[in-house]
Amino acid sequence: MGTGHAHALYVHEHSPIHHLPPQVKIAGAVAFIFSVAITPREAMWAFAIYAVAIAALVRISKVGFGFLLTRLIGVLPFIAFAFLIPFIASGEQVDVLGISVSRDGLWASWNIIAKATIGASTSIVLAGTTEVPDLLAGMNRLRVPTLFTSIAGFMIRYLGLIVDEIGRMRTAMTSRGYDPRWLWQAKPIAASAGAMFIRSYERGERVHDAMVARGYQGEMPELRRRDPSVQEWLTAAALPALGITVMVIAMVAT
Amino acid sequence: MHAPDGFLNAGTAVATGAVSVGTIGVALRQTREVLKEKQIPLAGIAAAFIFAAQMFNFPVAAGTTGHLLGGALAAILLGPHMGSIVVTIVVVVQALVFADGGLSALGYNVLNMAIVPAYGGYALYRLFRRVVPKTGGGVVTATGLAALGSVVLSAMAFSIQWLFGATAPVSFAEVFTAMVGVHFLIGIGEGVISAMAVGAVLASRADLVYGASDLDRAQLADSRKVPIRTFAIVGLLAALFFGAVVSQFAVDNPDGLERVAIDTGFVESEEDHALGNSIFADYATEGLENESLSLAIAGISGTLITLAVGWGIFAAVRERKPKQPASV
Repeated sequence: MGTGHAHALYVHEHSPIHHLPPQVKIAGAVAFIFSVAITPREAMWAFAIYAVAIAALVRISKVGFGFLLTRLIGVLPFIAFAFLIPFIASGEQVDVLGISVSRDGLWASWNIIAKATIGASTSIVLAGTTEVPDLLAGMNRLRVPTLFTSIAGFMIRYLGLIVDEIGRMRTAMTSRGYDPRWLWQAKPIAASAGAMFIRSYERGERVHDAMVARGYQGEMPELRRRDPSVQEWLTAAALPALGITVMVIAMVAT
Repeated sequence: MHAPDGFLNAGTAVATGAVSVGTIGVALRQTREVLKEKQIPLAGIAAAFIFAAQMFNFPVAAGTTGHLLGGALAAILLGPHMGSIVVTIVVVVQALVFADGGLSALGYNVLNMAIVPAYGGYALYRLFRRVVPKTGGGVVTATGLAALGSVVLSAMAFSIQWLFGATAPVSFAEVFTAMVGVHFLIGIGEGVISAMAVGAVLASRADLVYGASDLDRAQLADSRKVPIRTFAIVGLLAALFFGAVVSQFAVDNPDGLERVAIDTGFVESEEDHALGNSIFADYATEGLENESLSLAIAGISGTLITLAVGWGIFAAVRERKPKQPASV
């Protein structure tokens, strides 16, 4: 596919990471993120190693640091929140630049910022090197029920369309002078949400009829199924292996 | 609401993950029995609708906006099992494809944003349907109140997880008060929009509203007679209850509120902070330092959530039995 949203999130390149089978990548990313999440926050060196590993990953996968940074902006609201913790948390106070803040709060803030950034970077590389149908096929291989992944597939396929339709409704309302400022002026928005539901539902019925006419029997045919080789599992295991080793050392050391 | 990796500790992430996987597994089994392959494209497009519905910004006050969360709306339109599956898919895809919410945080994100609002919201919907008249207007009223309640339930669920998996020394009482307080306000918007959206669907394709399948055509047509006054009265009672009970625990701490406000994306600019603060600035009660009391609040709200979710699942399973939808 490669329309709508999928396009913006996928970086078309030919790197070793792009060519790995999706299930291997998903398993590797999830294992790595879990090891990062478990790592004790006091082990700053461990997070430095994770950051280097991410940088290497970005380099090898050719997704580009600019792409990573742009996408990381999505995590920003939480980072802003993390910066507030030291000021509201309780416990022993320390002075930073002449302002009294909570020591535990500072640690908590660092903890969330570091883990959220590394976790999101890993997901961004995963999504940047794997096309959406492959991601879903990979989830299937990892025993996620087909019912779940096929619904997700349809969702992603129609998301761009529906978002555009909402955009058109909004344009239509704005061009007729609708500029709500208070909750009691929200009726037209709610009515368009309702209209949107009906249109989506009826589109679903039509799509299903069209699919049945073309021989659909409840499952999409798989176009490129390929079982990963031992070599590929080992390649993808490198990142979580590093993560788990660092995490274990950090837990023993602190 | 999309919490990132490392927001709650690993034990909480794993425990909530197990609960989420188990519940969704049950929901998938339930829907597989009822739905033919016909529903797959339909459910997918409904999921896209919920995803997109989160982009419907509605005005709150003075030009600030909030957006729909959609858990209760999905459950009432599609049924609680399908609703929770659809919202779960939205949350999983947001994490996996859009890096919105951490992969290791999926356990609690799915629980708080999909399972609790869908089943809890549906249980509340069933509950409210008993007191409102059996008309289209009654459905709309019950939808609004249930959607409001579902958002508050989800805020409570998050606070309880914070009690077990806090990564920062911010007390449960502070998090609970701030989360529930802010989400009550968000919930008002959620309730109004969900109610009007269901009203719009009822007006043209009433057969598509799962939660209204027990009403016949004549009852549905009877739409305008009750709603506003019932809504106002019940809403007022809910607000009084909220004011009386929750304000007992109120913490005079605008920063906490501000934090939650940023966290939920309820506010997007500086002016919004000012607004949020002014609403809560007058809370006079001192914060709870007492641990046993905060455990008690956690216990009570935990029981409420479990009851609501359990009842939602039960109601959903039971309704299937008679072919002709049972009237409640």
